[in-house]
Amino acid sequence: MEKVIAGKTINVNEEGYLLDFDQWDKSIAEQIAIEEGIGELTDRHWAVVTWLQEQEKNKVALTIRKLGKSGVTDIKEFYALFPGGPLKKATKIAGIKKPVGCI
Amino acid sequence: MKNLVILGAGSAGTMMSNHLIKKLPKNWKITVVDKDKVHYYQPGFLFLPFDIYTEDQVKKPKKKFVPKGINYIEESIDRVSAEENLVYLESGQKLSFDVLIVATGSQIAPGEIDGMQGSGWHKDVFDFYTFEGSKNLRDYLRTWQGGKMVVHITEMPIKCPVAPLEFAFLADSYFKKKGMREKVEITYVTPLSGAFTKPTATKKLNYLLDEKNINIVSDFNVMQVDNENKKLVSYDDMKVPYDLLVTVPTNMGDTCIERSGLGDDLNFVPTNHHTLQSLEHNNIFVIGDATNVPASKAGSVAHFQAEVLTENILNFIQDKPLVPGFDGHANCFIETGNNKGMLIDFNYTQEPVDGTFPIPGIGPLKLLKESWFNHLGKMAFRWIYWNMLLKSIPIPFVKPKMSLKGKNIKTN
Ligand SMILES: Cc1cc2nc3c(=O)[nH]c(=O)nc-3n(C[C@H](O)[C@H](O)[C@H](O)COP(=O)(O)OP(=O)(O)OC[C@H]3O[C@@H](n4cnc5c(N)ncnc54)[C@H](O)[C@@H]3O)c2cc1C
Repeated sequence: MEKVIAGKTINVNEEGYLLDFDQWDKSIAEQIAIEEGIGELTDRHWAVVTWLQEQEKNKVALTIRKLGKSGVTDIKEFYALFPGGPLKKATKIAGIKKPVGCI
Repeated sequence: MKNLVILGAGSAGTMMSNHLIKKLPKNWKITVVDKDKVHYYQPGFLFLPFDIYTEDQVKKPKKKFVPKGINYIEESIDRVSAEENLVYLESGQKLSFDVLIVATGSQIAPGEIDGMQGSGWHKDVFDFYTFEGSKNLRDYLRTWQGGKMVVHITEMPIKCPVAPLEFAFLADSYFKKKGMREKVEITYVTPLSGAFTKPTATKKLNYLLDEKNINIVSDFNVMQVDNENKKLVSYDDMKVPYDLLVTVPTNMGDTCIERSGLGDDLNFVPTNHHTLQSLEHNNIFVIGDATNVPASKAGSVAHFQAEVLTENILNFIQDKPLVPGFDGHANCFIETGNNKGMLIDFNYTQEPVDGTFPIPGIGPLKLLKESWFNHLGKMAFRWIYWNMLLKSIPIPFVKPKMSLKGKNIKTN
């Protein structure tokens, strides 16, 4: 389905995750961050978002553990940056897929 | 003589030895190494705690399934030296290889979480991913008087990702049958965003949790098991109390992969998603739970991979290009309790949907829907595993590549 985010019409799934990463830009990330209750994105947020996007590009499955060992942040800070479901929220802001199970 | 060495004689290693003994040219010698005498039917670990299967139904001697003509070595693998093309065994013996197949699977690593293997381990904190865990849990449940039962996933990926949910469903049936369901509170705790995370499954299956009165705590990343206060503690300081904790600890590849420098942060081997060749070494191939491919870690997946890998081993030794034949195909029965079950059939790109299987429009199995017949399918899987899968006998109508026929695929 389509959703207008930061003045642009974007393809998203039912939960609001971007379907097409090419449509992602920083203004979209900022808007989603506000909707998710994260507020303004700091350099620390951007470091995580960029790292997640790189992993996605290399088709690496995203986990909290990988983030903790990434050197970009630790798990405690990750929670502080994206409270209440950090991986779920950070991937949405990064314009990539939410980590899922098999069903 | 050329040497092909298979590390591990579990589901995948056994299937590969049965395929290759028939197909490899006569100038190849096949050696298989495994440290364990017993072949466990791991899907049975789900049923053992509830006295649905007996101990004898889930274990048989490994040797029985490794075909004649294979050099079978019962020993621990210390490490692989990919540079020297050598496998070092714990005794100091060395095996040289021209082609290596890594099939060492995935194991639980409860030591990864603070307190998980603490004073409560196998007393009121159990796993059911090992024979011991599953058996000890059975003994505990036989006399348990009830309380808060927490079924918990530590982190993804885990093998057979639906097993913990099936465990919660079967627990509901088990306590009902014992006439003590009202004495047990069942809570399902997951690091994912829900018990179901894919759109179609979420829509079609969420009713199961309500129907069975299972509470759910999602987005929970465990930091510590507090044995004294009997609580799971998350990184953001949420707490889930338990009287009985049934956890699926972190799953990791074997430590021999780490010692060999072949693995990622969970000791899974970086592997081409479609050809099953190691990304770093041309003459090393990986199959089953040992790979890092984003497919489910399941016996059915190993079965589909084995057909593709056999073809690619033959291609490789004849200097032919490898085929990108593996599409992530998985086919798994899900036990939902009360003698009902479901079936899901999916791959890397297609999420599980409803429909009929394996014969389009007919079935007899139903996809993503509960039925008694599907439950029979799950029960028949044990026979199929011992008698067909391990021996690499093809399953009628079911091909390695997933078929879209008979599936209700929605287009956007
Ligand atoms: C509770 C549970 C339920 C499941 N349910 C299902 C189901 O319903 N359907 C389904 O399809 N799958 C199911 N599975 C998953 C299935 O059992 C596995 O995916 C399958 O066994 C993987 O095969 P494998 O050969 O990769 O690993 P394994 O079968 O685990 O074999 C690995 C082998 O390597 C050997 N090994 C490892 N390290 C060393 C070493 N250093 N030295 C020597 N030997 C070594 C081990 O001894 C073992 O024999 C379930 C698993 C569990 C735990």
